[in-house]
Amino acid sequence: MSLTVLITIISLSLLALISSVILYFIAQKFKVFEDPRIDEVQAILPAANCGGCGFAGCRNFAEALVKAETFEGLNCPVGGATVMGSVAKLLGKEAPVVDPMVAVLLCNGSPEFRPRTSKYNGASDCRISHNLYIGETDCSYGCLGLADCVRACAFDAMYMNSETELPVIIDDKCVACGACVKACPRKIIELRKKAKKDRKIYVSCSNCEKGGPARRACKVTCIACGKCVKACEFDAITIENNLAYIDTNKCTFCRKCVTECPTSCIIEVNFPPRKPRIEVQAEVVNDNPNV
Amino acid sequence: MPKTFPIGGVHPPENKITADTAIELLPVPSSVVIPVSQHIGAPAAIIVNKGDYVKTGQKIAESKGFVSSNIHSSVSGKVNKIDSIIDTSGYKQTAVFIDVEGDEWVETIDRNSEIITEVRLSGEEIIKKCLESGIVGLGGATFPSHVKLTVPAGKKCDVLIINGVECEPYLTSDHRLMLEKGEEILTGVTILMKALKVGKALIGIENNKTDAINHLTKLATIFSGVTVHALKVKYPQGAEKQLIKALINREVPSGRLPLDVGTVVHNVGTAYAVYEAVQKNKPLFERVVTITGKSLSRPGNYLVRIGTPVSWLIEAAGGMPEDTGKIVSGGPLMGKAINNADVPVVKGTSGVILLPKDESERMEISRCIRCGKCIEACALNLEPYLLMTLSEKGLFEKAEHERITDCMECGSCSYICPAGRPLLDYIRLGKTAVMKMVRERNMK
Repeated sequence: MSLTVLITIISLSLLALISSVILYFIAQKFKVFEDPRIDEVQAILPAANCGGCGFAGCRNFAEALVKAETFEGLNCPVGGATVMGSVAKLLGKEAPVVDPMVAVLLCNGSPEFRPRTSKYNGASDCRISHNLYIGETDCSYGCLGLADCVRACAFDAMYMNSETELPVIIDDKCVACGACVKACPRKIIELRKKAKKDRKIYVSCSNCEKGGPARRACKVTCIACGKCVKACEFDAITIENNLAYIDTNKCTFCRKCVTECPTSCIIEVNFPPRKPRIEVQAEVVNDNPNV
Repeated sequence: MPKTFPIGGVHPPENKITADTAIELLPVPSSVVIPVSQHIGAPAAIIVNKGDYVKTGQKIAESKGFVSSNIHSSVSGKVNKIDSIIDTSGYKQTAVFIDVEGDEWVETIDRNSEIITEVRLSGEEIIKKCLESGIVGLGGATFPSHVKLTVPAGKKCDVLIINGVECEPYLTSDHRLMLEKGEEILTGVTILMKALKVGKALIGIENNKTDAINHLTKLATIFSGVTVHALKVKYPQGAEKQLIKALINREVPSGRLPLDVGTVVHNVGTAYAVYEAVQKNKPLFERVVTITGKSLSRPGNYLVRIGTPVSWLIEAAGGMPEDTGKIVSGGPLMGKAINNADVPVVKGTSGVILLPKDESERMEISRCIRCGKCIEACALNLEPYLLMTLSEKGLFEKAEHERITDCMECGSCSYICPAGRPLLDYIRLGKTAVMKMVRERNMK
């Protein structure tokens, strides 16, 4: 009895020893060299796997970073300057300064301003609605309101506002990965440069039609009147295809165009309230000796 | 046993409410809107200006390129403006707005109702006449007829097929036309045969229209080469490939045209339009439209001028019922809901259906239960559930491999799905994406 046990133990141990020796040599023969820095870089990256860098996930991007000679054109929008800085330090390279961006919706056509002229009853998917017809409103450029962008967002940075029927972007959560930009069939989400205190001034409209038909479909549309272009002292505004566009590189946030716009399609965000101009008059009234 | 196509198909309730209502002449409205793109292919170029006086039948837009068609004014009056409108396709496009003044026809049109059966024009002259008169396929696809009549070198056509199937529920415009204009249609068929240089023509009619079958069979005895065939009622028998299979048992391969199997299919409505163009010199500016709906007080078949607002048609049919939930232009399966009642009737409008609210809402979407009914219903042997999933996930290469571009969008799968899944919605999306992909690949 004890002999059987002994034979079993010895034979199995021998078998294990032989296999391990074979496996060792095979492993040596087929060894794939992998730069250990890839793992280190990957550990620094945010592991969001959002694809915002243009690569298939963080691992793929880490490989590209290690292989790359310069960091030109390589950027992790999620991690931003801090992550790219530490990766650059690790690899002994320099990270170019990339401005942080944020997604902005170029449509302000809530039902209040852009009346619904039909009811869409098909599958709840912007792509399908876009493929099928002009949409629930008479504007063939604006938001369809079926939330393809919200579903595409991996950072919970978007939600649908039930009142305006438009998606809302939460600036603090948006990492500018561009998933929503790709998801939108009408191409009305733009990545714009982030400014101080998250301030924004932009033309919230995508309608390329002439003033008349555009205005008939929506009250807050850009009619390409050119008033903002004249008001801007910094040549930051251009009109192309019946649509004004504000260049973030030239805009100084003076807000002159905002008050000039007759359809209020230029929007200012995160600014302190303007000083009411009637204040001066109020003082005059108080000075009246009759009071 | 009447013939039919072997694979797939569905049989929705027929609801042919207006089958016994004779074609009526719809009064000319006070203004019409004529879109410049009423056909497949390049939009026509407008040749009139604002303020111009046009006569009924006068050309107002010229065809641009080979696959395109002329557009004629359907009324006499002044061009009010040229502007964009949302038409039955659901998109914006350019249209000519005309304010009606009287009804003065172009002098060359023969308005005598006498039937001329003798065909004087040669084959080439007939094709030219079709192009000149703006004839397009009136079954709904609106493909320019002169293109279909021009047999390219190296191809041969030995039999003409005439589509009198009208497989869509509700619609009866072709049915009424066959009953009331039988002789004209058969003359039209003879004209088409002459243009195509074929000696044989088969008219396929589903056997829910026995009166039309009997009527045309009796008339066809005096027209040589024309025979009438009864077909079993099954949707989508009116689709070219299915009709060819049912009538002459030839199969059009994937991605090919009927001409590749030696045949051409034309609709009975087109045959009538060809008759009018060739024998009466009358361009295509009016067509028979079925206006129907369960709650409509006076549904019927009307001879309508192109450009007439749908609302005018509804008014003639007794006004819009209270419970209307959706207005569909075309048949209930392949037609499209329209944005508003002001869109104009175009060459492809075979019918207008006013669906009550309870019938117009979609079913609630639930999960696929893998019953396979969509596969059974597909007349092209596709797997709709798979194509939908691939399109939804954006896997367009795989969808192409699964032959998504073969889909003719008949809607049988969506109709039959017990889970109310938007199969065709997604397949259409995938088809567009794949076709774009293929175009880009061919460009390289």
